[in-house]
Parts: sequence; structure tokens; C-alpha cells
Amino acid sequence: MARLLRENPTEAWLVVVLVVMSAGLAVASPSFLTLVNLTSLLNNSAVNVIWAVGLLVVLVAGGIDISFAVAASVVQYLIAVTFGASGGDWLTGFALAVAFGAGLGFINAGLIHHFRIISIVVTIATFNVFFGLLMYFTAGRGIYALPAWWTDRILIFERQAADGTWAELTLPVAVMAGCVLATWLLLARTTTGRQLYAFGDNPEAARRLGISPARMQFLAFGWCGAMAGIAGLMQVNVAREVVPNALYGRELFVLAAVVLGGARLGGGRGTVLGCVLGVMLVAVAQNGLNLLGVSPYAFRMVVGAIILVAISTSGISLARRRRMAA
Amino acid sequence: MTDPAPPPAIALSRVSKTFGGVRALDDVAFEVRQGEVHCLAGENGCGKSTLIKIITGVYTPEPGAEIRYFGERMEAVTPEAARRAGIAVIWQDLALFPEMSVAENIAFETLLGPRPRLVRHARLRSVAEAALAELGVRLDLDARLRTLPIAERQIVAIARALTHEARVLFMDEPTSSLTQAETDRLLAIVRRLASRGVAVVFVSHRLAEGLDVAERVTVLRDGRLVGVHPTAGMTQSRLTELMTGKTFDAAVTARDLPGAPVVLEVRGLTRPGEFEDVSLTVRAGEVVGLTGLIGAGRTELCHALFGMTRPAAGSIRLLGREVRFRSNRDAVAAGIAYVPEDRLSLGLIQPQSIADNTVITVLPRISGPSGLISPALKDRLVAHWIAELAIKIGTPADAVSTLSGGNQQRVVLAKWLATEPKLLILDSPTVGVDVGARAGIFRIVRGLADRGLAILMVSDEVPEVYFNADRVLHMAGGRIVREYDPRAIALPVLEEAVYG
Repeated sequence: MARLLRENPTEAWLVVVLVVMSAGLAVASPSFLTLVNLTSLLNNSAVNVIWAVGLLVVLVAGGIDISFAVAASVVQYLIAVTFGASGGDWLTGFALAVAFGAGLGFINAGLIHHFRIISIVVTIATFNVFFGLLMYFTAGRGIYALPAWWTDRILIFERQAADGTWAELTLPVAVMAGCVLATWLLLARTTTGRQLYAFGDNPEAARRLGISPARMQFLAFGWCGAMAGIAGLMQVNVAREVVPNALYGRELFVLAAVVLGGARLGGGRGTVLGCVLGVMLVAVAQNGLNLLGVSPYAFRMVVGAIILVAISTSGISLARRRRMAA
Repeated sequence: MTDPAPPPAIALSRVSKTFGGVRALDDVAFEVRQGEVHCLAGENGCGKSTLIKIITGVYTPEPGAEIRYFGERMEAVTPEAARRAGIAVIWQDLALFPEMSVAENIAFETLLGPRPRLVRHARLRSVAEAALAELGVRLDLDARLRTLPIAERQIVAIARALTHEARVLFMDEPTSSLTQAETDRLLAIVRRLASRGVAVVFVSHRLAEGLDVAERVTVLRDGRLVGVHPTAGMTQSRLTELMTGKTFDAAVTARDLPGAPVVLEVRGLTRPGEFEDVSLTVRAGEVVGLTGLIGAGRTELCHALFGMTRPAAGSIRLLGREVRFRSNRDAVAAGIAYVPEDRLSLGLIQPQSIADNTVITVLPRISGPSGLISPALKDRLVAHWIAELAIKIGTPADAVSTLSGGNQQRVVLAKWLATEPKLLILDSPTVGVDVGARAGIFRIVRGLADRGLAILMVSDEVPEVYFNADRVLHMAGGRIVREYDPRAIALPVLEEAVYG
């Protein structure tokens, strides 16, 4: 246990902050620690978490992706156009989401690998291209006539509380759990995952040992794209519409949460647990502010401040430990 | 044959390689016997790296070359074929993964392969343990590599090579950042490997170690084979001559400086845990050598003299006036220049131009009345110092990273000399510099002293201070234990006193 803490100081720190914050909120607002609120917290975070674990894979491999949120919008649009108002089903929906999403990720990987451009530049470019094309073809209009299977709520858990309100978990939460588990398996348990860490940590050394940089880039951005596609599919299930600019801007929020979770910009470091904790920490903060009746305009400001405080204090403790060790 | 000797591990002949008209290797032969420790010596650019890359299959030699590994004729060497033949290289950068565990770094091979598999942790650990046991070393397998000191990372790199069943191990500058004790430990490991039949090829700037550990030395110069010699009976100076093709008059250059004004006078300087009761003087025109083992407190003393740390007790007088520095900016203003030990990371801004690096210490002086930098003043200053120090460059606009080690060192000197200091502190000025270029640096140092600069030169290589300083101070355990006049003592005696 002590070893676990020592090896994963970020995760331990996030748990502490999360517990302290939840305890504070539980005292300040009686509705925070209710099943209804906690389940809705999970429902609302599912899409962000799916994006986050996808982005984590890219960060671990030493890259960065700015385009995944608009890529999710593109995937939504492509699926909506493919199925029209009544076609398709969940199985083909998932298959298409993964295929389109991974395809968009491969575009990023291909540009990065073949033209040796750093990933932030490539994905800022594709972010603009994806979004520009999407707005051009939709003329900014949303699509509201969608197949029923896609927009119908599917409950995986429900319970009525004493006051008559319903606590429910919806399909996106189950999908989120699947994505988290799959990404954890990939990164922590497979040889390919360890190769991704090695590649992000020291690309030249990885190359010398026979790891193919192209494979790593395509895998990382493909995985991120596939997760983005799945997140897009789930977001439609929540919002019941495809609006081209609905997800624009969410990428920086997710990126900040993942970095808060201990992933290093520059590669080689980051865990699925930390990533999930990072997203949940921000979500709880937002939820708490909401319950406390703070103006929604303050959300972003407070979220930014939390990320700054969390990252800088964990940085201080790390620096101090290093100094003591030296 | 009645007594068939085992075939050599590596036997190369008629190896040539040309890059864009430059003959990197010209008809070179190279042989490493099984279980031998072999030293590959030569200056930067002599073709050592090209040779290693041909042996490991990174480069293909020109037609006509003959390559045999363990007696087997190789038609074409690929990296894969070299690895299968048991040839491994530990590059200077070690090629490790700082964020991963020691076990993963050592047994990385078990993580390779294009198909995703579940990581077999038990096998990972047993492979890593076996490799460390072979070296006779214990390390925490679960520790992140970045928490290990550089010497232990090196051991991890060696252990990883052993997991590839290495039978020939090339080590590129393995000791350049190790302390004496760590170096001894590494050399012991090298001998242990050799006794188990692993041939080790040692590539090092530090000739003493190469001669110490190796049985034979192959010398390359300008892409040609100079010769293969047994190390028994070989001296450092002879080896230097073979590597450079020049003879160096290793003569003591110490002089007396009667009546020269005292520039630096330090009395009883103390900083607990770093150095104790240090007193020394440096006169104008004098080169004072400060030597001692790594960890003796030399660099810490330099930092205090340069105002980077504050001494707890004692006084520093500069030209007779007592000074107390609050920061190194004060020290620069008072006329002290400091060229740090780790020139590559601390002394220069590598991607920036030679010109920008040179003027960085004197930006206010080259600014016009508007406060903006005057290109004319800057160019004049840069041209002056490039000529003064005979720095070999393309143009001043080239990045510093394009220069050789010796020329980079000169740019660092130029940058500090531009401040027109009274006292120059040189911390290990020849670390990572070729033997040939070292002589040039010492010539410059002597020339600066002759013009009246007071110089405090720190080095852990006793011969450097012995031959190039007017007086030698020996520091150990944070104290200056003794002062020597190089003219009154033989080098081996001084070396014994310092290293003993």
C-alpha cells in the first residue's frame, strides 16, 4: 500500500483532494451526497471520460491531440447521414463510430509520421479542417430526425429515492466503463501498451530496440479517434440531436483534466486511474458549484483555478521529494 | 592444426565508408577476441562511431569488406543479424526509458514483438533478476528508472544487453559522467563480464581507464587504422600521440610571479556540508590548479566564489576589497567569470547562434542609446573574440550545436571573456573534449594568464593541473589539504597523493 502511494503520488493526491472536496460539498449541500446526484454526475461525465482515456493513450505515446472533440462531431454527422432518420442499429452504430473515429485519427497519425510535423501543429490544423468542413456541409444546422434506437434512453440501473425522484444510470456509463477497462488493459497489461510508454518516454531508444514509430503513432491516434467516435455516438444518445458545434471547445477541458490526472505532456507518464480521477475531480467541482448556486459563468474560472492549484501543489511536493532524495 | 584457437568474436578487414565525399573509414581492419577487453581509441571524427555502426549493421560498408563474427562470414550485416550474433552497443545516452521500471528496462525484450500480448510479469522479473545476478549487482526492480543515479542506469543498460545474450559489448564513453568510485565499480563489472567470455569494447576519452581495463588497444585516426597495440607498456602520452599524430611536449609550465598583485584572496571560507575553512590566493597572471576526487567540494567552492551560494563563514577579497555577493550577477559585475563543468547543458544555449551565445553576458554593453541591441557593436565584439580564441566556425550565425566539443568550449570562454573579468574560474574545462583539442584549450588558458588574468582551474585529472598550473591545490573532504609546486614534485607522486 505504501509502495502504491509512493509509485503513484498523483493518483493518491487526487483521491485525497476528491475525498476532501466531496466531504466539504456533502456538508455544504444536502443534495450532493444523494444517489440521484451521484448517478447524474456519472451520466454527465461519461462522454468526457471516454474522450479522456482516448487522449491519454496519445499523451502516453508522446503526442497531443486537439482535434478529438470536433472529430466526434464529424463522426456523429457521418453516422447520421449514413443511417438517415430510421436506419441502422447499435451494433453497426458502434462499428461505424469506431471506424470513422479511427479513420480521422489515422489522418492525424499519417500527417505526423510522414511529414514529421509535431502533433500539436497537425491536430490544430485538422481541428480547423474537420470543423470547417463540418460547418460547410451542415451550414451550421443541426440534425434532429435521428433513428429511434440512437436517441432512446437505455437504463442500466434505476432506483426510486425516498422523495420520489429516480436515480438512474444510462447506457453511456456502461460504455464508459467498457472504454476505461479496454484502455487500462491496453496500457497497463499488454506488451503493445508498454511499447507505447517506451515510445513516448524515449522515442529514439524505442526505435533502436525495434519498435516501429509508425505503428505507435497509428495505434495511439487510432485509439484516440475510436474513443472520440464512441464518445460522439454516446453524446447523441444523451442530447438526442446532432449539432455541428455542440462539442467544439470541449477538447481543452478534457486535456486539462487528463493532465491534472498525471499524464505528462511529452509522453511516457500517465495512468488510466489518474485520468479518470482527473475528469471526475473537475466534474465534482462543477457539480458542487452548481448545487451551491454559483453562477455558471464562474464554472470555467473555478475549474481553471482548481487545475492550477492541483497541478502546482503536486508539482511542489514532487520537487521537494526530489530535493530530499538528492 | 593441433591447437585450434577459437575464432575471434569480430574480425573485419578492408572496411571503407564514404559519406558525401568524406572518407569516414579507409581500408580499416578491426579484431576483437572472444572474452577480451579491447579499447577503441581515437579523436572525435576518427571513424569510431562509423565503425561501430558498420559492425552493428546500421551502415553498410563499401563492397570489398570482409566481416566475420565468431568465424562466420557475414554477407550483409543487418541490425537484426548483428543482434543474433550477440553484438550489443551501449550508447552514451544509454537508450533507456526513465519513466519505466528497472525490470521493464532490463527485460524490455520480453515486451517486444508486433502482436499485442499480455505482459508476463513473472517472466519479466526473472529475466531482469538473472541479468543483474550475472553482473553481481542488486537493484530494486520496481523502482522507476529516473530515480536511479546515472551509474546505476548504466548497469541497467549493461544488464539489458545481457538479456540479448550479448557476447560482444560495445561501451561508448561509459565513464564520462561517473565518479571515481562508480568508475571502479563499472570496470570491475567489465572484468567480470570478460572472465565469463563476453568481449567488451571500451570506447572512452579517458585514456587511463582504457589502458587500465583493456588488453589491447586499436587506434584510429582520420578514418585510418593507426595500429593495434597491447596495453602493457603503453602510456597515456604515447597513446595520445598515436591518436592525434602530434607529439605533445608535456612539460611543467609552472612559473613564479614575484610581485604580481593578488586578485583573489579567500580566508577561512566555510559552508557546512560542502567545504570547511578554505583559504587560497590567486595572483594576476597566475594559473592555480584545484584538484581532488569528485565530491571533494571543488564545484561547491566555485559556486560560493561565484556568488551562487553564500558561505557561512570566512571572507572573499577581490583586488584587496572584501566582497559579499548576493547573486552571481554581483560576481559578474565585480569581475569574476565562471565556466561551469557541464558546459553542454549549463554553459551554452545549444540551438542559438555562436554570436548570440557570445554576447549573452554583455547585452547592456552592446545596446545603443535606445536600449536596443546594436548589430554593429555585436558583430564587432563577436568577431574580436572569434579571432582572439581562434574558434573554427562556419559563420557566427551558425548554431553552437554544430561546433565540435573543443570549439564549443572556446565559445563558452569567449562569452565570459567578453565581460572582461579579472578572475576566471574554469571548472573541469576538458570534460568531453578530445585530447588533441585539450592542448589548444590549455594554450589559450596560458595565453590569458600571460595577459594578466587570474585563473582558478578545477580538474579531477591530476596531469592537467600538474602540467598547466603554476601551483596545485589538493582538495579532499571539503578542505584544501595541501599545496604543491609542480616543479618540486613528480607527477606519479602527486597522482598517488590525490587518487591514493
